Amino acid sequence: MRFLQIPPPRGALVALVCFALSACFAIEKFNIVDDYVRFILITLGINIILCASLNLVNGWMGEFSVGHAGFMALGAYLSAIVSAKWLVGTNPQWMFPLAVVAGGLLAAVVGLLLGMLSFKTRGDYLAIVTLAFLMIVKSGIENISYVGGPRGFLGIGNETTLLWTAVWVFLTLWVIRNLVYSRYGRGIIAVREDEIAAGAMGVDTRKAKLTAFVVSSFFGGVAGALFAHQLQFINPGSFDIVKSTEILVMVYLGGIGSLGGSVLGATVFTILVQVLQPLGTWRMVILPLVLVLLMLFRPRGIMGLREFAWFVPRREFPKKEEEK
Amino acid sequence: MTDEPLLEMRNVTQRFGGLCALSDASFAVRAGHAHGIIGPNGAGKTTAFNVITGIYAPTQGDIVFRGQSIAGQRPSHIARNGIGRTFQNIRLFRNLSVLDNVRIARDARSAYLWPSALLQLPSARRAEKENIRVCSELLTQFGLGDVMHEQAGGLPYGSQRRLEIVRAMALQPTLLLLDEPAAGMNSAETLKLVEFLRWVKDHFSVTMLLIEHHMQLVMSLCDRITVLDFGATIAEGTPEEVRSNSKVIDAYLGKETDHE
Repeated sequence: MRFLQIPPPRGALVALVCFALSACFAIEKFNIVDDYVRFILITLGINIILCASLNLVNGWMGEFSVGHAGFMALGAYLSAIVSAKWLVGTNPQWMFPLAVVAGGLLAAVVGLLLGMLSFKTRGDYLAIVTLAFLMIVKSGIENISYVGGPRGFLGIGNETTLLWTAVWVFLTLWVIRNLVYSRYGRGIIAVREDEIAAGAMGVDTRKAKLTAFVVSSFFGGVAGALFAHQLQFINPGSFDIVKSTEILVMVYLGGIGSLGGSVLGATVFTILVQVLQPLGTWRMVILPLVLVLLMLFRPRGIMGLREFAWFVPRREFPKKEEEK
Repeated sequence: MTDEPLLEMRNVTQRFGGLCALSDASFAVRAGHAHGIIGPNGAGKTTAFNVITGIYAPTQGDIVFRGQSIAGQRPSHIARNGIGRTFQNIRLFRNLSVLDNVRIARDARSAYLWPSALLQLPSARRAEKENIRVCSELLTQFGLGDVMHEQAGGLPYGSQRRLEIVRAMALQPTLLLLDEPAAGMNSAETLKLVEFLRWVKDHFSVTMLLIEHHMQLVMSLCDRITVLDFGATIAEGTPEEVRSNSKVIDAYLGKETDHE
């Protein structure tokens, strides 16, 4: 694992991203992989976005939110409304990104309101507040016939391509990296480490928490939008506590407060789900069990509070290694 | 030196339910002074610090800093306004590097906004580089340059105490609050600490307000001393005045029958 601690050569990161994006483009263009593999790859991308964004609240900030599926639902439903009801027949080239951003923004606004409400209470209550939020979103959607109520929302276009997914994955990772290595991110981390000391060192702890929550919600909504346009069908049941638990498993498997850990956790989880496919409903037993075992034996996850060097901005490395 | 004190506690009362931690406490800290707060355990010393730094809003009374009331303001606001502090039980960001601990405090002085942060605009990058440079220099000045990249929680006790002071100084405070800086130190270490605090005070021209039980330290370092007992100010004056005050001897210092 030693080589993962060495900073990447200059430009390597950009090259890697360009390569990955062109690879995705080529796969789409020339049908290189079959539909099953393509579906799994897109799921992986969505899972990475979900995991990295929830990690912002549960890992870097150190609170415990179980409402991420709720933000996903908001993003999924609004984007579906935009693409399948409001802007039907327009060019998907620009309609789809618009729908995704709209879904993300709705989730962010609701995240802001929820954050303002819940941070009035003490930290531990966030789990309860987000659980209540999740239930409200689910039963709220069940009662809106405009989006199909409990039967679900049909007829969403198949717009989530591999390329779009990859673009959003890189955007998510880039923005979260920029955030956590900025003064705002250090404020968020300081809140986790010691909220009283953070305040005494000039960190506006309320603002730091809201920032983490809003950015996290935004990308949760984005993931939901991609999810809706991947499955082409969504129903309130897709965004229940099981979905939230799945995201929690990814976060605590990969490692809290780590981008590399988020990618790792999402990848291992996505593969695990496929491998466990033959077990059917027993997966519902095994996945929460994994979460319990993780909390007991490795509460910080594989990469907890550590980071692969490729996710760290160059300025963070000690000076002397640069050798002029 | 002007007549206006830098910090003034005006009849501050702090109640927690039935408990009265501070009752009508008043004292004033002059700019450029090292001001000591002494008193028996439970006299309300740390509560006074917590009220000054905004962790509690006082039940009654007012706190005036640089001519403006800061009572009830948010801790972050007071910190940015120029009051840095350390804690009785060390409160470092333990999982972070020594450098990052200091950077968090120094962040209060960088001004780039969140769009710039999220998109890594040049203004954010420049501010970050500048922050790292300033904090590295500060750590080197304080003799912690070699352990800059180590985890703060792993430092020896003495270095952790020192790091807390560096972190508070990164805020560029006008007033530095030290809560028992000599806790857990022997006499030789305490003597060194006096020298160190003197250097900090002169070099950064910062006013100091400190809580301490080590009389040796308080008497040699402080220009003025306030004595608290049961949440009230029972004496205030120069070290000599306080030492000979009969109320203080009864409440805290004790008669000199045996050593220490």
